[in-house]
Amino acid sequence: MMLKNNKLRSVCLASLLALGIQQGAQAQISDNVVKIGVLTDMSGPYSDFSGKGSVTATQMAISDFEKKYHPKFKIEMISADHQDKADITSDKARQWFDREHVDMITDLVSSTAGLSAMKVAKEKNKIVIITGAGSSKITNAGCNDVTVLYVYDTYATGQGTAKAVVKQGGKTWFFLTADYVFGHSLETDATKAIKLAGGQVLGSVSHPFPSRDLSSYLLKAQASGAQVIGLANAGDDTINSIKQAAEFGVTPKQHLAALLIFISDVHSVGLKQTQGMYLTTGFYWDRTPETRAFSKRYFNVMQKMPSMNQAGVYSAVMHYLEAVQATGSDDTKTVMTEMKKTPINDFYAHNGHIREDGRMVYDMYLAQVKKPSESKYPWDYYQILATIPAEEAFQPLSESTCPLVKK
Amino acid sequence: MRIAIYLILLIIGAVLPHFVYPVLLMKILCFAIFACAFNLLLGFSGLLSFGHAAFFGGAAYVSGYLIKNLELPTEVAIIGGVLSAALMGWLVGILAIRRQGIYFAMVTLALAQMVYFICLEAPITGGEDGMQGIPRGSFLGLSLKDDLTLYYVIFTGFILAFLIIYRTIHSPFGQVLKAIRENESRAISLGYDVPKYKLLAFVISAAFAGFAGILKMLVFNFATLTDVHWHMSGDVVLMTIFGGIGTILGPVVGSSIIITLEDQLTDSAGDMVTVIMGVIFVVCVLIFRKGIVGESVALYQRMLGRKNLPQVK
Repeated sequence: MMLKNNKLRSVCLASLLALGIQQGAQAQISDNVVKIGVLTDMSGPYSDFSGKGSVTATQMAISDFEKKYHPKFKIEMISADHQDKADITSDKARQWFDREHVDMITDLVSSTAGLSAMKVAKEKNKIVIITGAGSSKITNAGCNDVTVLYVYDTYATGQGTAKAVVKQGGKTWFFLTADYVFGHSLETDATKAIKLAGGQVLGSVSHPFPSRDLSSYLLKAQASGAQVIGLANAGDDTINSIKQAAEFGVTPKQHLAALLIFISDVHSVGLKQTQGMYLTTGFYWDRTPETRAFSKRYFNVMQKMPSMNQAGVYSAVMHYLEAVQATGSDDTKTVMTEMKKTPINDFYAHNGHIREDGRMVYDMYLAQVKKPSESKYPWDYYQILATIPAEEAFQPLSESTCPLVKK
Repeated sequence: MRIAIYLILLIIGAVLPHFVYPVLLMKILCFAIFACAFNLLLGFSGLLSFGHAAFFGGAAYVSGYLIKNLELPTEVAIIGGVLSAALMGWLVGILAIRRQGIYFAMVTLALAQMVYFICLEAPITGGEDGMQGIPRGSFLGLSLKDDLTLYYVIFTGFILAFLIIYRTIHSPFGQVLKAIRENESRAISLGYDVPKYKLLAFVISAAFAGFAGILKMLVFNFATLTDVHWHMSGDVVLMTIFGGIGTILGPVVGSSIIITLEDQLTDSAGDMVTVIMGVIFVVCVLIFRKGIVGESVALYQRMLGRKNLPQVK
């Protein structure tokens, strides 16, 4: 009797358990919590245009989403500093997926960090939306089906800027390249554009990342006699390059072309030394009423205008959450399919959609930094010269080396 | 008493991954091997090497290359990596043991920096990005994909390394090393070929440091510049001193505490972690020089001594 009773009990328990599992499958959002991890550079050379600003933008996106949709699930956010290092990023990403049950990691501001987080995400089958890093390797040889590259890439900014500078008569180039995957991608992509436009590359020099003292590299660039020195670096390295080039008298004899520059960099260096520079950007705060509205809200928290990365994080998080809301699921494949299916049109992106290689393509803008005399109010830095349509701004799929692209 | 402690530790080690995040435990074990290897040199031979990261990271790169680019099995890659670390240890050792004290440390640091720059510039190491996406593969037919399986493989590796180091310390060879540490001139006058003993100790230590680096590479699937950076050489000094120089269990305790602290603090303290580690180091050197295990043993012996004293009288 005792035995039978036990058996009965275990059958009951098993069926209860099975029911429980079934219910879980119906709800489809694990623990009813969607958890977003912002893994970024909090203290290093890229903290100014991502970092705490990206965390703020994510928080804004979450609270706006909650106000708009009143979702049934809870949304949580955690953030950490990846120090732009591969090992720290992998370690953190692994922990977040394993221990913290993070569903999606965003920002990832150095290409090294981006590429290592993607690998962990693929292994754990979770989503990564990169809004900080931009090596074109992310959507080419290194691509996978759980990653979205949202904001820019070295092809878009390198290509756009290099073309514009060659057009203005900057025919001979010398590169100052940050010695890691991002810098080299930027140099390669810009070189292609320069050659296509009829320019010539005289040489290049790689500097360690990050570098405080760029003098010896700048002197090499000066000795090359090139008309244009292409800065294939970012953040503090770009800022230091511009400042030190002025100190060593490299400029204004030779021109600098920053292949990736953010509004925060222009703000730090000042218009005097950056005036006239061409740049390619996905976002400028003072472009439309919508961008101004978002940027003013952001400014109230951060006391700075958002960079394209910071505005991009907002847009990316919103797009992700809307996909979760639409499908009622936080399953990686379901959400990725939904995100790729839905076009993106918000204050940030126009004509945006995510391609099969993970690249979010949208209209980019060619801008020029204003002269000090043209700047009328704080943060009035850019003149938008042209819109680069989505199809032209990014690398065409036919050139992609991503195995996910069916040719 | 001693056996009981080891048995308890063994059981804890076997059960712990079911309660604590296994990846963290594996990291602790890797650093424990690294610190034990380092302790063999600092604690038992009195040689302060400031370049052990070169062996730790260098071996990780070598076996990563063997697995990823040459697609050799994990077992072969581990052996290859350990041999490469031993070879590096031999080369560095030959040059370094000619000098003593601070000069010895500086020579090892200089040579380790050379290894760092080779790893930074060589085409196969991936430079700043590191060597990434090294597959875990399988070991003796066991697939290492699962964290728990990998944990037990690494735990076995740790026990093996620990036993060999333990045996080395308690062998006649280990006794000679201690003699050299206490009084080198006397050891020479007694007819021991001191440079030979020092070199052998250096090679063994380098080989096990390399072994630790390889296991860490297997856990995280990559080898990066962090592993060969001089910070890593500093970290292992801190772990060993904190746990207790010249004690058998000191390095294990030291690395467990330091790695757990780092893990807990990175989120809350951010950049302050290095400052906190520095403060720990200073406190350790000023207040409890023998380290946690060293001081505990001393305390235990004092208590025992007091109890036993009247009886002896």
